[in-house]
Amino acid sequence: MKKVILSVFVLSLAVLVSCGDKTKKDSTEAPKEEEVVKEEVVEVDPMQNKGIGPITSVTLAAEVDQELAKKGAEVYKQMCSACHKAEKRFVGPAPKGILERRSPEWVMNMILNPEVMVKEDPIAKALLAEYLSPMSNQNLTEDQARAVLEYFRTL
Amino acid sequence: MKSILKIMTLLFSASVLLSSCGNNNGKSSGNNSALNSSNAEKVYVAPGEYDEFYAFMSGGYSGNLTVYGLPSGRMFKEIPVFSQFPTTGYGYSEETKPMLNTSFGMVPWDDSHHPDISQTNGVLDGRWVFINGNNTPRIARISLKTFETEEIIEVPNSAGNHSSSFITENTEYVVAGTRFSVPVPQADLPINEYKGKFKGALSFISVDKETGRMGIKFQILMPGFNYDLSHPGRDKSHGWFFFTTYNTEEANSLLEVNASQNDKDFIAAINWKKIEEYVNNGGGTKMPANYAHNVYDEHTHTATSTMEKEVLTVNPADVPGAIYFLPTPKSPHGCDVTPTGEYIIGNGKLSADLTVHSFSKMLDAIENKKFDGDAYGIPILKYEDILAGVVKSGGLGPLHTEFDDKGNAYTTFFISSEVVKWKIGTWEVIDRKPTYYSVGHLMIPGGNSRKPFGKYVVAMNKITKDRYLPTGPELEHSAQLYDISGEKMELIYDFPTHGEPHYAAGIPADLIKGNSQKIYRLDENKHPYAITSPDQAKVTRNGNEVHISMAMIRSHFTPDNIEGVKVGDKVYFHITNHEQDFDVPHGFAMIGANNSELLIMPGQTKTLTWEPKQVGVWPFYCTDFCSALHQEMQGYVRVSPANSDIELSWSLDGE
Repeated sequence: MKKVILSVFVLSLAVLVSCGDKTKKDSTEAPKEEEVVKEEVVEVDPMQNKGIGPITSVTLAAEVDQELAKKGAEVYKQMCSACHKAEKRFVGPAPKGILERRSPEWVMNMILNPEVMVKEDPIAKALLAEYLSPMSNQNLTEDQARAVLEYFRTL
Repeated sequence: MKSILKIMTLLFSASVLLSSCGNNNGKSSGNNSALNSSNAEKVYVAPGEYDEFYAFMSGGYSGNLTVYGLPSGRMFKEIPVFSQFPTTGYGYSEETKPMLNTSFGMVPWDDSHHPDISQTNGVLDGRWVFINGNNTPRIARISLKTFETEEIIEVPNSAGNHSSSFITENTEYVVAGTRFSVPVPQADLPINEYKGKFKGALSFISVDKETGRMGIKFQILMPGFNYDLSHPGRDKSHGWFFFTTYNTEEANSLLEVNASQNDKDFIAAINWKKIEEYVNNGGGTKMPANYAHNVYDEHTHTATSTMEKEVLTVNPADVPGAIYFLPTPKSPHGCDVTPTGEYIIGNGKLSADLTVHSFSKMLDAIENKKFDGDAYGIPILKYEDILAGVVKSGGLGPLHTEFDDKGNAYTTFFISSEVVKWKIGTWEVIDRKPTYYSVGHLMIPGGNSRKPFGKYVVAMNKITKDRYLPTGPELEHSAQLYDISGEKMELIYDFPTHGEPHYAAGIPADLIKGNSQKIYRLDENKHPYAITSPDQAKVTRNGNEVHISMAMIRSHFTPDNIEGVKVGDKVYFHITNHEQDFDVPHGFAMIGANNSELLIMPGQTKTLTWEPKQVGVWPFYCTDFCSALHQEMQGYVRVSPANSDIELSWSLDGE
């Protein structure tokens, strides 16, 4: 009889142990704290910064393509004008003269990939800190974003 | 004796240890099988990962449809269908009020019962889910692209729309049968003249292959029994539809006694292809009717309600050879058809046994006229000649049966609170597991099709009692999830469900998740009061109606200052969300509005009315925490006395 009692006792211990093991294992598997990476402050020439996103190269013709700019103005009115006014600061910055401050690639990436830009691009991050409202992703196509860029050249 | 006691004590403490271990894994259940840690893994969907199945559960008295994930049991959404839903403004917004219109006027609630997913060739195609409103007979169609109710059609001559809304295997029809028979057409009759005068309408509602648009093709005016549940024939029995009946006694009072007199009631077998051919050739009688047909357009974001004035009825006597009665013991409730289409199962709710009819034997009995009399001219087939077998379950109160893909059936027993697994063909019981408590329907994804996905069964219970932390007298209903991939069922999870789910429909997530819509395109918005750029914002007056066309984007309204509104005006806020990104809705709430808020999806326009009663400056704001500047998303309406001559004006940032 004693033996039986003993074996039951051992069994319950085993349950305890396996239970404890599992808890332990779980705690070691907890996600590691993210390593703290010190950001290096690098002075970048904004005109050389192409931003982060699908656009790696844009060639601007010497002459503004008026047809394309007109199309861009329409897209801008519907998708952007709730937050941007051409010549003055509103919810977001004014686009007038933007190609004197930013590369065309940066402008298009800011339109097409704003979530990543405001997290990772140094200029976009600084803009978010200043304006507080994050740039909305209005789901423009690349062609639409290119047209908006052309429209900005007319401002 | 002492040592036995000791053993018992040790055994007890061991089991306590075991269950506390289970609790550490986030599970608590009195059921031994649920203590198995591998069961926890089976239902664990890691953070950020997706469930394998969608489950659409009827809301019962909530009138809506809820969306769950399986195996996790997490609820993703409540889709408003038959009930006003202040969370989104459904049934309160001007655009969606027509969805709830009926021949009785606006009925802002219903009792939703049996969802069924559209099929092609007998296999789930994941385009739409249909559901019935039981109380004021209606059928709704919900898009599985937008997860919104797109259409509701009222069913005339029906009452207690319960043997609904089941679809044929190419979604040719969604079928709606009446539980309560009524005078057809309605008439001022003594109630005790029920017998012989009341009719049971079975409605075949056609579904357009491309648009899903519904229309009542014909109604069969059956004898005045209660048509309880139904299912389509499939594969070899495609073209037939089967309805259980009770109250073949045709009692009109104290049915719990008087409708339980006959030893057998019937399953009505209806050759709908034959009746379809009959009406296509000009058969049937057009009867004056009055029923609402409500359609929501996702481009105008607006519903319209049309009153239909006629319905085509069919008298069974006029189409001989199309309808037969299959005698079935003990007031059968569920009427279920196996994936092959060969067997029709009557779940005799006052019995311990299940009756299984054979479709091929039925055809043979029809051909050889093996009849046992008739009821109102409809031949009754001989019970012995159509019977395939009886499942001697040992349970009590069988209600519903679903199927897996391995030739097994699973039946719920309400009175004995269990799910019983049995083998199709041999009728032997393989396994039984308790449910907690008093199970109604059960659901296997695809269980009502040629191709079930037999991995899980969900049991939907009527009584919750002690399953969860108590929440006062009213409790959510409990559901249990069983793993049915092995020979024996294993209870692996238990979760509360919203409202009272009657039936549910499940589908592999892969079949629909890729089609789920993210936004409405602003450039496709055809709402008459939509503005697609903020410079179109305007406020206009027409008598005492003031229409405000407003835009919203993170995080402001255009306009946000409005003056010139007067006490006694009726103000329409037509608001367009100008976001074009996934999951950026904005809300709109107006102080003192006697309706609800609006929750407006990207690219969508919705309208709320407000009748200001007091002079003052009254704020409105966004209710959905949309950005870091959400708290700044607000505006004011100045309300002047009724006799004031202040002109309408509006602005944002002074412009």
